Amino acid sequence: MLMREGQFRNPSGCAVTGIIDRSGKPMSGECMIQSIAVMHDRSNGLGGGFAGYGIYPHYKDFYAFHLFFDGKGARAETEAFLGRHFEIAYASEIRTRKLPSITDEPLIYRYFVTPLSRKLADSHLDEREYVARCANRINVQIGGAYVFSCGKNMGIFKGVGYPEDIGRYYCLEEYSGYAWTCHGRYPTNTPGWWGGAHPFGLLDFSIVHNGEISSYDANRRYIEMFGYRCTLQTDTEVITYIIDYLVRKRGLTLKETAHVIAASFWSTIADKDEEAKEQETLLRRMFPSLLITGPFSIILGYTGGLMTLGDRLKLRSMVCAEKGDVAYMASEESAIRAIEPNVEKVYSPAGGEPVLFEVYDKESVR
Amino acid sequence: MNIYIQPEYEVVRDRDRCIGCRVCERQCANLVHSYDAEAGKMQADSALCVNCHRCVCVCPTHALKIVKSDDTYKVNGNWGNQTINEVYRQANSGGVLLSSMGNPKEYPVFWDKMLINASQVTNPPIDPLREPMETRLWLGKRTSVIERDERGKLKNKLSPQLELKVPILFSAMSYGSISYNAHESLARAAQELGTFYNTGEGGLHKDFYKYGKNTIVQVASGRFGVYKDYLDTAAAIEIKMGQGAKPGIGGHLPGEKISADVSETRMIPQGVDAISPAPHHDIYSIEDLRQLVYSLKEATDYKKPVIVKIAAVHNCAAIASGIARSGADILAIDGYRGGTGAAPTRIRDNVGIPIELALAQVDQRLREEGIRDEVSILAGGSIRSSADVIKAIALGADACYIGTAALLALGCHLCRTCHTGKCNWGIATQRPDLVKRLNPDIGYKRLVNLVTAWNHEIQEMMGGMGINSIEALRGNRLMLRGIGLTDTELSVLGIKYAGESM
Repeated sequence: MLMREGQFRNPSGCAVTGIIDRSGKPMSGECMIQSIAVMHDRSNGLGGGFAGYGIYPHYKDFYAFHLFFDGKGARAETEAFLGRHFEIAYASEIRTRKLPSITDEPLIYRYFVTPLSRKLADSHLDEREYVARCANRINVQIGGAYVFSCGKNMGIFKGVGYPEDIGRYYCLEEYSGYAWTCHGRYPTNTPGWWGGAHPFGLLDFSIVHNGEISSYDANRRYIEMFGYRCTLQTDTEVITYIIDYLVRKRGLTLKETAHVIAASFWSTIADKDEEAKEQETLLRRMFPSLLITGPFSIILGYTGGLMTLGDRLKLRSMVCAEKGDVAYMASEESAIRAIEPNVEKVYSPAGGEPVLFEVYDKESVR
Repeated sequence: MNIYIQPEYEVVRDRDRCIGCRVCERQCANLVHSYDAEAGKMQADSALCVNCHRCVCVCPTHALKIVKSDDTYKVNGNWGNQTINEVYRQANSGGVLLSSMGNPKEYPVFWDKMLINASQVTNPPIDPLREPMETRLWLGKRTSVIERDERGKLKNKLSPQLELKVPILFSAMSYGSISYNAHESLARAAQELGTFYNTGEGGLHKDFYKYGKNTIVQVASGRFGVYKDYLDTAAAIEIKMGQGAKPGIGGHLPGEKISADVSETRMIPQGVDAISPAPHHDIYSIEDLRQLVYSLKEATDYKKPVIVKIAAVHNCAAIASGIARSGADILAIDGYRGGTGAAPTRIRDNVGIPIELALAQVDQRLREEGIRDEVSILAGGSIRSSADVIKAIALGADACYIGTAALLALGCHLCRTCHTGKCNWGIATQRPDLVKRLNPDIGYKRLVNLVTAWNHEIQEMMGGMGINSIEALRGNRLMLRGIGLTDTELSVLGIKYAGESM
């Protein structure tokens, strides 16, 4: 019997692309579809997905839960669970377009929710931790239900198929956001399951990733100490948890986080100025088991920004470009030029060098 | 009546090659060789031979070899020659049998039943000749709060840690059990390699205080040689709760090896057996251990990590959990194959468990309890090669202690008679004429060679796995696969079987 994603480790090669308008101006998802389509050969039709930021301005104070259901039973059970833990502001099926190339789709629903205040107070948890735990409980405890997006004013759309088809399937041209990322997957095993596609999200963090990390089990066994369960056994999942742990739970900045997961070599650190040397050495001494080795390039999406980061040996490509307020990043330059032929600045970040693009007025997108 | 026991090994001399130079006679502290002036020939008494190969190595014409005797009692699957001889020996003497070095019995070696991964196609191998390949690491607690200064920079709130350039340390071997020159070789090698050697429980010779930055001092149940300067000099302090070669008992140093110098260093009388108590008499429980950990930290102003060393025994995971919550910074686990200068044979050969299994269980338990960051883990008790180091780290160790391999580098031939104090190689002896055979200028270089060679091999294998920091290998059990193991063994080790995919 074919195993479902999560029952085996499934590394994959991939294409990633991202775009952000730092002025906060919304763009439709169409540009991402065009960009990823250029890199068709970097995917193999076994997974594609998108993350859009700023796409739910009318419900921006609510957590947008996107769910896959195998059937009506799972949906009923999940809705009962959501009802016990959240106030549901709005619920509906996510609009999709039938395409011959997209088959075996699950039921796909969206819920805008906010935690029930009494439940939240009784839990003695920070609101975001409460939401993350609820999402996790649905994924672990309700068979046939899977939360694949649960952030505020952002959403993930993904499935099995080529990414450009997935984009059309979800009618992404109808959504507008100030930032988008996209992923085309080339898994080296056959997942038949939509939940296994990327981006992978946790609250407002979303990750698209290209690579196959060699530190996987060291990272996994470490991060699982802190209550995370790597149920999908993918690199993207463990990287997301690591970033969530370091940023949300430990309070590191994104740049500090980059110095943990793609730490400079000791020999590089030795050449830095005293303060950088001291800070980076300290980070490596505190979190050595969260160093990620092996090839990876990621785009991290978060409220108000995108960050790209590649492994310290730069074993996977990543190109950044800018034009005016808009910043682009992709596995290949062609994917950027497909949507903006006249970019002004094109560069490849060094291995381990985080590049952050953030909207100028972060309050405006909260 | 003493029953005659046929020697296990025989000295064989090629008469055509022997030139009668008598170097074998001069080199053998066991007095095996003698010159028969009347016959003009060299003689050998195999009954005295311990098979240390000193004569074989120094014979200029290679006229000597040591062979296993083919003399045998009536062959018996249950009562082997050695078993029978041991009964005779005990009936002759009424004594406890003594042995040295690690358990030599044919128990399974789990290192040899684990295979290492390599990358290809989806993930490139990395070439250590052309790319950085980091084996540097820090040992100690990693728990610390995130605190920032007024400029938002992170403050260093970490407990003291040890920095190592290689994931290998020299394990505890006391001055007394081994010689002055052996200690000097270890200390100088540790300094050159950027790692640490361990004094064992015999105190620290006054000449070696200068190597303090690379020295781990031990506090054992006998408390030999422990005083303020000893603690202050060291980079770290190790509390020895147990030893893999002899779990459940304390150290043994026969009186023959307690010379004037050893007596001064240990602060005990000369020529009298030094038998450490089985327990620390101030530690009858885990809460007592915590008090000693903090006493030592108080005594040294919280500037040094404290290591607690235990023998690998059945409940070592539970013990480790207690130690991780005791304030200790580093936990050292010593497997039942670990060496010793002297141990009761029955204990050495029958008590304790393999380091591979103990390490896997301890690492897993500490992770399940969320306290793996409270302590670093050192694994020892028979690490025989760079491949063993890789496997130990992938199972969950931070670094490895080596003892026997280090002694082999110094010339030891594993004759397992350290307890007699007549080591022909100048290692496990205090006789000045024998000690001087080990030249520390050469000895330290050989240790540096060994560890450097292993480190190269470690880098090659890491690169093959696509891992360029030893820290990304730690606990990375997907890099290991079992071969010839039962389901239970696989589950204790926490690894998959060869052929099972990622």
